[in-house]
Amino acid sequence: MARDFEPKIIGFLCNWCAYAGGDLAGVMRIQYPPGMRAIRVMCSGMVPPDLVLEALVKGADGVIVMG
Amino acid sequence: MNINLLTLSEITGVAGEAGDFTVTVRKKPRYIDMDKCIACGICAEKCPKLVSDEYNAGTARRKSAYIQYGQTVPLKYAIDPDTCIFIQKGKGKCLACEKFCPTGAINFQDKEELLEFNVGAVILSPGHKSFDPSGIDFYGYKTIPDVLTGLEYERMLSPSGPVRGHLEKPSSGKTPENIAWIQCVGSRNTNQCDNGYCSSVCCMYAMKQALVTETHIPGGGRQTIFFMDMRCHGKEFELYYNYATERGIRFIRARPHTIEPGPGGSGVAMEYFTEDGRKVREEFDLTVLSTGLEAPRDAIDLAEKTGIRLSPYRFAETGGFEPVFSSKEGIYIGGSFAGPMNIPTAVANASAAAGQAARALVSARNTLTKQKTYPPEFNLTGQKPKIGVFVCSCGVNIAATVDVNALVDYAKTLPGVAYAENNLFSCSTDAQKQLADVIRKQNLNRVVIAACSPRTHEPLFQDTLMEQGINGYLVEMANIRNHNAWVHQKNPEQATQKAKDQVRMAVAKAQTLYPLERMEVPVVGRSLVIGGGVAGMSAALGLADQGYDTVLVEHSGELGGNAKNLHTTARGEPIRPMLDKMIRDVQNHPKIDALTNARVLNATGSVGHFESDIEAGGETRRISYGAAVLATGASESVPDEYRYGTDDRVYTHLGFDRLMTETPEKAAAAGSAVFIQCVGSRDEKRPWCSRLCCTHSVKAALDLKEKNPEMDVFILYRDMRTYGLNEDLYTRARNAGVLFIRYDLENKPQVAAEGDDLIVRVFDPVSRKKIAIDTDLLILAAAVVPNNVEELVNIYRCATNQDGFLNEAHPKLRPVDMAADGLFVAGIGAYPKPIGESISQAQAAASRAGAILAQPVMHLDAIKSHVTQYCDGCAICLDACPYDAISITTHAQNGRTAKRVETDKALCKGCGICQAACPKGGILVHGFTIEQLQAQVHAALDLPQAMTAS
Repeated sequence: MARDFEPKIIGFLCNWCAYAGGDLAGVMRIQYPPGMRAIRVMCSGMVPPDLVLEALVKGADGVIVMG
Repeated sequence: MNINLLTLSEITGVAGEAGDFTVTVRKKPRYIDMDKCIACGICAEKCPKLVSDEYNAGTARRKSAYIQYGQTVPLKYAIDPDTCIFIQKGKGKCLACEKFCPTGAINFQDKEELLEFNVGAVILSPGHKSFDPSGIDFYGYKTIPDVLTGLEYERMLSPSGPVRGHLEKPSSGKTPENIAWIQCVGSRNTNQCDNGYCSSVCCMYAMKQALVTETHIPGGGRQTIFFMDMRCHGKEFELYYNYATERGIRFIRARPHTIEPGPGGSGVAMEYFTEDGRKVREEFDLTVLSTGLEAPRDAIDLAEKTGIRLSPYRFAETGGFEPVFSSKEGIYIGGSFAGPMNIPTAVANASAAAGQAARALVSARNTLTKQKTYPPEFNLTGQKPKIGVFVCSCGVNIAATVDVNALVDYAKTLPGVAYAENNLFSCSTDAQKQLADVIRKQNLNRVVIAACSPRTHEPLFQDTLMEQGINGYLVEMANIRNHNAWVHQKNPEQATQKAKDQVRMAVAKAQTLYPLERMEVPVVGRSLVIGGGVAGMSAALGLADQGYDTVLVEHSGELGGNAKNLHTTARGEPIRPMLDKMIRDVQNHPKIDALTNARVLNATGSVGHFESDIEAGGETRRISYGAAVLATGASESVPDEYRYGTDDRVYTHLGFDRLMTETPEKAAAAGSAVFIQCVGSRDEKRPWCSRLCCTHSVKAALDLKEKNPEMDVFILYRDMRTYGLNEDLYTRARNAGVLFIRYDLENKPQVAAEGDDLIVRVFDPVSRKKIAIDTDLLILAAAVVPNNVEELVNIYRCATNQDGFLNEAHPKLRPVDMAADGLFVAGIGAYPKPIGESISQAQAAASRAGAILAQPVMHLDAIKSHVTQYCDGCAICLDACPYDAISITTHAQNGRTAKRVETDKALCKGCGICQAACPKGGILVHGFTIEQLQAQVHAALDLPQAMTAS
């Protein structure tokens, strides 16, 4: 794998915990790689499994569901 | 809007009386204009002055320009005048913050203000402070580097702390693997300090730290807790103790007597005696002192200014039956200022204080409250999305990393975008006006704000839209600050690319947004209280005094519950007179309808409007109500051991209290008395601690000693759990000559009748001998078991825990709310507790229920599930819904009966588990529909928009 490979990751972030954690990481200036694209959801349980698969099929290198 | 939050302020005086106080407040200068500060943190970044960070218990340093921690409310910076170079040294010095602040918020002209408020009631909740062990040389704190306080270690464990949870030995920086906790540092101690009380929370926090530590050390490490009694008296705390034991946390019942630096000055060496008298020397990498809680530093000052009395430990004095009343009418105490307590108790106490204040101010309710109104909404039906994109620079916060101009140019190329611009601060008052102007001029009907977090700022932008007559749900935010510029500071190119993706995703979602309506529920201003014990009656009185008609339903023939059989409180206040007055007050209250021999048959509806049939005295009546309090109580279990029921010298606590009330002379005539604790509690069958029995036995033992000082009184216990200020009773009992003998579950006492004698045999771990006690009285601390609530659980679709106690919505932060809105829990039906705590919890429930009943109409959030035409009634979502918000209905379709689900908007929390479970798009959540999520996924992957439609 090329060293400069930057995976495109779709993140489903629960509004109440993971998304808030992302906000706090910002306040604390914790640096992390820029490859994730966050989608805010009201609960990680609301993410349809089909959509996770669809994201992978249509080009996402990874999907992370955080909640 | 109805809370005026004053920070950096202190009370300088309280004059007047209940209902009409004049409170003077000294508001210290912040030196930062709160209206201008956007919490970007540049002042702190540029400030050259480093000082000790009190939030991290001194384990880290902060700047003179600072916020205490990331979640402070309000999230606004302040300048610490004691250390600021400019304030200390004056003209010509520093001013770095002023120079770099992007919004001009720094104001060194800020002056101290004296403010005056006319209020009807005052609630004091100044909290507590952590005990400082630095004065006690024997613990080695501050002299041995690897000895830390509980608070310091807590910060070290925290992912937001100075070492981000990566544990380090302060002496060497290496990861500690072998860590010890020493309990009761600054608690239960009148030798090295004057804190005779138990701090109530340290056993649990030490166990939590030990268990969390296990996950922070590769391989798990080794954790040891040195304790006197493990006090796990809260709800499900005993289970946690069992779990910690199973996980291999080592519990040693000992107080280390020598604490020295480890070999080479690293680590800690300790000596202690085991219970069987062996001296052990052991070395640890790190030692945590489980420091206790103390009254706040300014307690005496505050008491003088407000005119309230303090207890000898400098906590606020409160009443046994009035747990949040201070000694001065109209001044209430919330939280740990009344004594050491854990979070749920403090939260419940604070709600009770708010409720009692509301009760006192009922005649003035709504005279000063404000409410915002909006113009009617434009009808956008049929309009194509016309999106405006507003890219915020946030001063340099975003603009220093993300190329905001490129972002605006990019946004203009996106489908549906009619307008895009850059703002220095999108949240500023000026920018809000500009936003409103642009919306009007450009006829925008969707708005994308590329700025900070929707969690903090979406309500502001929604408000701006609503002020322009546009539905507030037509705004979407792209979080290019917290989730981008701030976390990719060294990577501006990729950050800009990510920002473009984020804006593209937000625009794609904005195209799918549609107006949402906040449902209005008319509130029935009546309450239902189930249970006529002390908790139920306290709740009913609390609600009725707030002005709400209250129906009280008691299943038995009379009011009073367990309290009818109780003698005194732990403080010695007689219970019967208080109870008789409470019953009279309930029966005579014009707003309380107290029904005995009554039960709730059913319930429909949800928060704001429930309906139930209630059967009372053979008749059934239907009532509607806006909220209900479940105070279903618990009972004393009937022991099946220790000769209970076969020997009339053997009593339970309630039986013994009856004896003390009715024929105290008979009790006083006994030559000896033995109490056995944990009879049916903390065992396999009932794994919970019954919380109230240790204190009750100790109090009863003292009462016996008082009546007959010659009597031999023994208490056989497993862990003495006289938590909080009750510890004083334990000390008094030992001083009075009550003998305490500890036993283990594996080695329980044995009771036998030998001739006319009642003999109790127990192994004494101190003398290492089995001893026999010939006793005249044997009192068993029988377990508290919850009453059977199966019927109510089915009626209200609520839940109990594995032990049968009713569940609260959140064990720490919502201790009296139940998971379903509009239902509240109080008293020992939630978990065992003494009478004062039951009253405070009931008053808290009345307060929380009152907050619903006070509004004629409730506005529900619009992010809720809704059923679509694709639903075929398969009902998969029914079981998936954690809130029981979905039911199945039938309707006529093409002449046939068809099934379909229906959601109850008041019960639905918008979590959308139904949406993920549904195989056919039959149920969706507004604002987060599958199509909307899909639009974001497609946009994130930069797929052509056309594909979105597929």
